[in-house]
Amino acid sequence: MTVHGGIGQSIKRKEDARFIRGKGNYVDDVQLPGMLYLDIVRSPYAHALIKYINIEKALKVPGVLAVIRGKDLDAAKLAWMPTLMSDTQMVLPIERVMFQGQEVAGVVAESRYAAADGVAAVEVEYEPMTPVVDPKKALEPGAPVIRWDKEKKTNHIWHWEVGDRKATDAALKASDVTVTQDLYIPRIHVSSIETCGCVAAFDAMGKLTVWMTTQAPHAIRTVFALVAGLPEQKIRIISPDIGGGFGGKVPVYPGYVIAVVAALKTGHPVKWVEDRSENLQSDSFARDYHISAEIGATKDGKLTALKVKTIADHGYTDAAANPSKFPAGLFHIITGSYPFQKAFVEVDGVYTNKPPGGIAYRCSFRVTEAAYTIERLIDMLAQKLRMDPAEFRMKNFIPQQAFPYKSVLGWEYDSGNYGPALRKAMDIVGYEALRKEQLEKRKRGELMGIGISSFTEIVGAGPSKTFDILGLKMFDSCEIRIHPTGKAIARFGTKSQGQGHETTYAQILAEELGIPAEDIAVEEGDTDTAPYGLGTYASRSTPVAGAAAAMAARKIREKAKLIAAHLLEVSPGDLEWKDHKFSVKGLPSKAKTMQEIAFAAYTNHPQGMEAGLEATDYYDPPNLTFPFGSYICVVDIDKDTGEVKVRRFVAVDDCGTIINPMIVEGQIHGGLTMGFAAAMLEEMQYDEHGNLHGGTFMDYLLPTAVETPRWETAKTTTPSPHHPIGAKGVGESATVGAPAAIVNAVVDALSHLGVTHIDIPITPWKVWGLLHEKGAA
Amino acid sequence: MVEAEVRMPEEAEVGPFVRIHVTVNGTPREAEVETRTLLVHFIREELRLTGTHIGCDTTNCGACTILLDGKAVKSCTILAVQADGRQIRTVEGLAEDGKLHPVQEGFVEEHGLQCGFCTPGMMMTTVALLAKNPNPTEDEIRHAIAGNLCRCTGYVNIVKAVQYAAKKSQGGGSK
Amino acid sequence: MIPPRFEYFAPSTLEEAVEILGRYGGEAKVLAGGQSLLPVMKLRLAEPKALVDINRIPNLSYIREEAGGLRIGSTARTNDLNDSDVVKRRYPILSDAAAVIADPLVRNMGTVGGNVSHGDPANDLPACMLALGAAFVVRGPKGTRTIPASSFYKDTFVTTLEPDEILTEIQIPKPKAGQGNAYEKLEKRAGDFPIVGVAANLILGANKKIESAGIGLTAVGPTALHAKAAADSLVGQAPGDAAFKRAADLAMKLAEPVSDLRGPAEYKRAMVGVFAVRALRTAAKRAGGGA
Repeated sequence: MTVHGGIGQSIKRKEDARFIRGKGNYVDDVQLPGMLYLDIVRSPYAHALIKYINIEKALKVPGVLAVIRGKDLDAAKLAWMPTLMSDTQMVLPIERVMFQGQEVAGVVAESRYAAADGVAAVEVEYEPMTPVVDPKKALEPGAPVIRWDKEKKTNHIWHWEVGDRKATDAALKASDVTVTQDLYIPRIHVSSIETCGCVAAFDAMGKLTVWMTTQAPHAIRTVFALVAGLPEQKIRIISPDIGGGFGGKVPVYPGYVIAVVAALKTGHPVKWVEDRSENLQSDSFARDYHISAEIGATKDGKLTALKVKTIADHGYTDAAANPSKFPAGLFHIITGSYPFQKAFVEVDGVYTNKPPGGIAYRCSFRVTEAAYTIERLIDMLAQKLRMDPAEFRMKNFIPQQAFPYKSVLGWEYDSGNYGPALRKAMDIVGYEALRKEQLEKRKRGELMGIGISSFTEIVGAGPSKTFDILGLKMFDSCEIRIHPTGKAIARFGTKSQGQGHETTYAQILAEELGIPAEDIAVEEGDTDTAPYGLGTYASRSTPVAGAAAAMAARKIREKAKLIAAHLLEVSPGDLEWKDHKFSVKGLPSKAKTMQEIAFAAYTNHPQGMEAGLEATDYYDPPNLTFPFGSYICVVDIDKDTGEVKVRRFVAVDDCGTIINPMIVEGQIHGGLTMGFAAAMLEEMQYDEHGNLHGGTFMDYLLPTAVETPRWETAKTTTPSPHHPIGAKGVGESATVGAPAAIVNAVVDALSHLGVTHIDIPITPWKVWGLLHEKGAA
Repeated sequence: MVEAEVRMPEEAEVGPFVRIHVTVNGTPREAEVETRTLLVHFIREELRLTGTHIGCDTTNCGACTILLDGKAVKSCTILAVQADGRQIRTVEGLAEDGKLHPVQEGFVEEHGLQCGFCTPGMMMTTVALLAKNPNPTEDEIRHAIAGNLCRCTGYVNIVKAVQYAAKKSQGGGSK
Repeated sequence: MIPPRFEYFAPSTLEEAVEILGRYGGEAKVLAGGQSLLPVMKLRLAEPKALVDINRIPNLSYIREEAGGLRIGSTARTNDLNDSDVVKRRYPILSDAAAVIADPLVRNMGTVGGNVSHGDPANDLPACMLALGAAFVVRGPKGTRTIPASSFYKDTFVTTLEPDEILTEIQIPKPKAGQGNAYEKLEKRAGDFPIVGVAANLILGANKKIESAGIGLTAVGPTALHAKAAADSLVGQAPGDAAFKRAADLAMKLAEPVSDLRGPAEYKRAMVGVFAVRALRTAAKRAGGGA
């Protein structure tokens, strides 16, 4: 007997009811009496001294109340704040600006329109300095040092490495075949349709409430307490409905701090919502990895070693919000689905005159960079060995028997079964027939390509012994209360930005408690009521908070069992949890439902037992989880224009236990589309003056429904052995796995011409240029 | 303490203003707005209908889509004064007496939304599409929503939602 | 994203509109669809003192075929071209272009007149107007004058329209027997500005040879370009790739593309060639000449 809305059911989403009626409550929907508006003056220069900031004209603009500058904040030591990577970031500058678009002053006014007029009236005189834009040049001796405020005068932030350099070098030297390749993964921008913003308000007793577009409200609250010196019980962060996060709403942006300061100074609530151009120019970027890699194999196609060196462009400060021990995130998942015996990875973080960030865009704990690199290299090696890329992968995959598998770079993959996923993708797409078609087309000079990506993801940060952000351990939490009438409310330390937590968490609890999902209210995001958690990003909600939900529910079941025993007048040992109720073993008719037990918890609980039926669990995951998949992309290339059309894209994903298949499929569709965008369309280009070209949606192009392919999805199911319900999480897998499949397909289409690599984004003119270079068009 | 001067705002000339009469979801409304007030701000802040969203500042994303005399338009690139004497329909005007519009139903049934931010605009474009073309092909749907960007769904289920609504509308007859 | 302040006028006659424009001496702008004007005002790249909204002027929005040819009222919406049966059947180049101008929402507000007279080299209709040999009727303080498209576009955002003149009607010559035309656009993504666009108009004589031709180029110069030499090279030729490739080469020579986010100049120039051939092939097919 199933419970309605249990695990595996594609129930419709509870949150939809308000969204489709236009009754969502996003930050910009918050309207408070007497609310003021903050708008921000921004630097047109990438690197400049500030000669003066003249606010007289601005203060005369009708409706303007105040203009806040760095020197105003300095008196309260708020001009600088810590980043989530323990670096420092300016809230507002006092003497110099470090990237084009940097916040320079905040104008507070009675209306949005007056604030904009005020911004236009602030006069700033700059003395431009030479910006540092190329991270490789930034490391050269004699390069201008941009962090004048640091003791160590260097643009080099940190060096991080893992693995055995000597052994890897030796193994590569001894390999029959090696491929060496430079890959540049450009800076891109996550561009959730809602930008960032907040409303900050102090009440009469000095309690601060901030409605904020944040994926991690509790962490923000603690950071605010530590940085601003406000007592933590007098800070409330409310993360209401969020219009997409994807990592871009994790960091603390200066706008939030200035809004809080403005609220304090004026005694009124202050709203700050950035425009899209501000969003593109100053926050939420991802990637910007300059990679040099070498991979080796034996002549009969067995992988030997992998060596990767990366220059990481972090912008002017390290605000990447990675777990503190991993400044390059989980990049060392780069050994991927393969059992490398020897590997070495090193990353060097570099300062440049660009906005800070790096962790956004649907997995930049650097897993996307890693998966892209390894799957590109695998294809390049297969090409050099003249082996079919599917065959090459099958030959080298970590075999199923090897799991839990300890990679040479230190990760213990929980479970995996890579061969069947790839085989399934090949069957669905009709791989062998496509290869035949490709041969025939080549004879006629037509270009088509097939690209594979067999990625292993790494999510669910993370175990307390290895993971923390600013010292806060990366557990997560669930608190459940069951009411007398058998309904429940559950609150979590995570925060959905569209992933459907109100539905999926209710489904986990429905399964564990025997209460229909529609009877379980799920809340997140209000730090006054939700249990502490580290928020939602890096696909960690299901692996960590989902586990907490199951564990909390099981704690409830322990107590429920005692109540059931009391009601049934048997001993607890006589009972079993079957068909979502407690029944006497061998006597299924003698049973109590959770609803009956709940009522009794308030009206008829055993003597000596506390009333009520609730539990909280703070879950410390024993390990990360490792979703995986195989994607196959088929492309056709127009020889005349270089345009690439994705003819088919088959995605086979394995995320372990699936809570809601409809929601999982939606996550994959969205992730694939972002991966497609990264592979084909998106790039943030800076010129030598540090000017961002294409800092609006007019030029920074997201895919529309017209060019987005019709995604085909399928699954295999390999549960996580350590997760209470075997679930791994899936939110970012598709963005991680898709780019390599697309690039591999394009290179495959041109491989007979001698093309071995194309850097993303794959624009038609890049392809056209290659075709002309190779004399093929 | 943070030092910054806070002044009483200048009581100077503002405007120019203009008086407009707009029928909003069937109800006549009247207001005084600045000539420069954008229609989307009029809808969100004067009328307090916050279902219409703002996602960009260069007329690209379509989150602000509403119906102006039945045509789907981007309300961020229209002045409120241009709507004077005209009819606008927003997402709040789709359900009738609490009964969901087939388009709203389609988006729920087919999981055509995730974060919900692009959804009102996407639905208004859909309503206009189906009014003109009650049985669109997939290609026609994808082209009709080319001015509405979504970052969450990858569009596959949005297409299905539109197809669901088309089918439902033909069966039931709803505007 | 907040525009600066301005005075707003919504006159109900052309005379009033022209008078207001004259009064402001170049500091007032016509508001038709607003889909080009409002975006630049929101970015505060343009700060006109006044807007003259011409949408309340009656009899300015129409698409009809008269004895002389197609007459389009300047405030007809771009999507009206998509909906017009006569345009689809007899002036398919305009259907081609209207389908790829921006996106459907922008097309519901943006006007044909705006797209034709804004002077942005990335607008799609100007190249079509050049290829068709269109003319523009313009009302000013001294009355009405008609300007051929071929002398209308001067520089980026500069046309021969005076600050106190308003475009009222676009006139397209009546299609002859044996006429076919097409517009082909290359774009990075649906709704984006073109990388390049080519408009081609062919008239085949009774002997099935090309009697006259018109070619316009989008986004490869400071204005839409009138590829006259390329078009002239086709006269007297049989429609087919041999002639089309020669014309395409001449079009490529004329083009002055600039390297930017939409591609390197060399690529754009080559694409002019590719799309000229494609547009000519389609035009020839529609003319009944097949290629």
